[in-house]
Amino acid sequence: MSPSNPDELDTPAVIELVDVTKIYSTGQLEVAALRGVSIRIEENEFVAITGPSGSGKSTLMQILGCLDVPTAGTFRLSGHDVSSFDEDQLADVRNLFIGFVFQQFNLLAYMSAWRNVELPLMYSGVHPAERRERALAALDKVGLADRARHKPGELSGGQQQRVAVARALDTEPAMILADEPTGNLDSTSTADVLDLFHELNREGRTIVLITHEHDIAARAQRIINIRDGNVWPLATADTAWARVPS
Amino acid sequence: MGTGAVVTWRDTFRTATEAVRTHRLRSALTMLGILIGITAVVLTVGLGQGAKAKVRDQINELGTNVLVVSPGSTTSSTGSRGGFGSASTLTTQDAAALGDKQAAPDITAVAPASTTSVSLVYGTTNWTTTLTGTTPGWKDVRSRGVTTGRFITAADQKSAAPVVVLGPDTVSQLFNSVDPIGKMVTYNGVQLQVIGVLTPLSSNEATSNNDLAIVPISTYAQKLVGGSNRDSVSSIYVKATSAGTLSAAYQEADTLLLNRHKITTATSADFSIATQQSILTAATSVDNTLTVMLAGIAIIALLVGGIGVMNIMLVSVTERIREIGLRKSLGARPRLIRRQFLVEASLLGLAGGVLGVTLGLLGAVLLPQFTDSRVIVSVPASIGAIAMAMGIGVVFGVYPATRAARLAPIDALRSE
Repeated sequence: MSPSNPDELDTPAVIELVDVTKIYSTGQLEVAALRGVSIRIEENEFVAITGPSGSGKSTLMQILGCLDVPTAGTFRLSGHDVSSFDEDQLADVRNLFIGFVFQQFNLLAYMSAWRNVELPLMYSGVHPAERRERALAALDKVGLADRARHKPGELSGGQQQRVAVARALDTEPAMILADEPTGNLDSTSTADVLDLFHELNREGRTIVLITHEHDIAARAQRIINIRDGNVWPLATADTAWARVPS
Repeated sequence: MGTGAVVTWRDTFRTATEAVRTHRLRSALTMLGILIGITAVVLTVGLGQGAKAKVRDQINELGTNVLVVSPGSTTSSTGSRGGFGSASTLTTQDAAALGDKQAAPDITAVAPASTTSVSLVYGTTNWTTTLTGTTPGWKDVRSRGVTTGRFITAADQKSAAPVVVLGPDTVSQLFNSVDPIGKMVTYNGVQLQVIGVLTPLSSNEATSNNDLAIVPISTYAQKLVGGSNRDSVSSIYVKATSAGTLSAAYQEADTLLLNRHKITTATSADFSIATQQSILTAATSVDNTLTVMLAGIAIIALLVGGIGVMNIMLVSVTERIREIGLRKSLGARPRLIRRQFLVEASLLGLAGGVLGVTLGLLGAVLLPQFTDSRVIVSVPASIGAIAMAMGIGVVFGVYPATRAARLAPIDALRSE
């Protein structure tokens, strides 16, 4: 079912899901959100994960983001088996390997842009002076060096999302995991943010973008389409959307 | 794999102070509960200390190395044992016997005293004060003197002269600015000539020891108050030669009086001898009970303040659920989230404590201006109160902080 067989490759993939199942229990009712998903994402890939609501797309994002662990199956992130990690270990993995970008930006309103960007570095125990330097460099990267001292409320939606991208960048994560990053943006800002992702991808970053919008997904190199807790193996965006009624 | 929990305390404190500063109103309301509790604790303990100090001062005003012999005795099982009727078992003869240098070498001065509350009249002014009938020895026992005029003498005593020595406060109340010496004051139709004014006691507050009238005990018994036994007195003051001989003086007075009263067993004595220390202990034990009670109420107020902290911290956790989720997704370990909220709660407690102590100190300055109570706030008590406030913050912050730490990051992020 997966696009490529993990056993055939030598170098560890950024993401390697093998037969991952996630079952939510609510009382006596058991709901399987993922039913044996196997996915492999290589370094420097730009992958879009799509699917309608209720498809298991969000559950997949949680597992990829180490915000939750699978009920069964194996999840290797950059070669580390994180399927059975405890909360502390998951926190460390999130800090070191994953850069999150959210639909709601999730910037802390009372902190200036650069302070928001340095937050993950604080959790990795980087020295304050170095934190500041790296945060400013990341802001420069997303073109907001002159907005470092502004608070999120003083920035436009597009700018806020770029600050969030800078925050995802500065820990040098194995992948950037973006959950509906353009959901709250107008078309200009959407284009800006997608351009930014492409630029980062060209520089060697692995990008996993979760979206339900066809045209956003279409800009990725590869689309993983989720339906009913399983992957639909589709090669290109065009055929994907031809087969999945929206 | 990373080490994760390496965030320094400096960063934790910065994050916590930022959170406190950002939610100003909420922080202020949280602090208010602690503040009121701490102020109450500081003031009640301060009032208790003040009351004790006041009693101590008054007892010290009795003079130094003084024993007070009172009629009747108190025993643990039977309560007060007095003479028949209301007659006092102590007499002027008892006092005279105690003054015998042979029998009681460690006693330097003796003064029997009978007191009653009377209304003295001068012209159109009248003033209620304490009338004391005593002997010339009183001024030695009580270490008092006169500023103008003279004290009562043995001659006054012998002739039951109608003379009176007034306390400085009594003089200012009765005579205003008139020189009292030689003037006549009236009690119960009897005219008394003012012969002297006592030296004021340098006390912080008005004291009954500055407002009194002293007459010879013979005048007191024969002309002013009378009674079934004209020789009986309400107490005898005894002064020991020094602090070192106080217990010896106590023994001598006890033996002498037991012999005079023909009592063989000390436990059935019809008098009791109190030292200043024992009076102080008795007087402050009541104050202690009151202080403990009031402090108990204050601590309940503080607990309510602590519950307020917990309440508002829980609201804070719910309100900042997205922030918690975000911090966790960025790699904050659960225990770090807990630490952050605990530091936040203890900072609120600390701030409430500092402000509460400040307000308590302000109350300690202001309260004596409006009432006659004294408030003593000590440095250790203040530090203790602040530490207690911080402790309350930590204790009541544990539950909200643990809740915050247990939030699943994804649930936290998803909440709207």
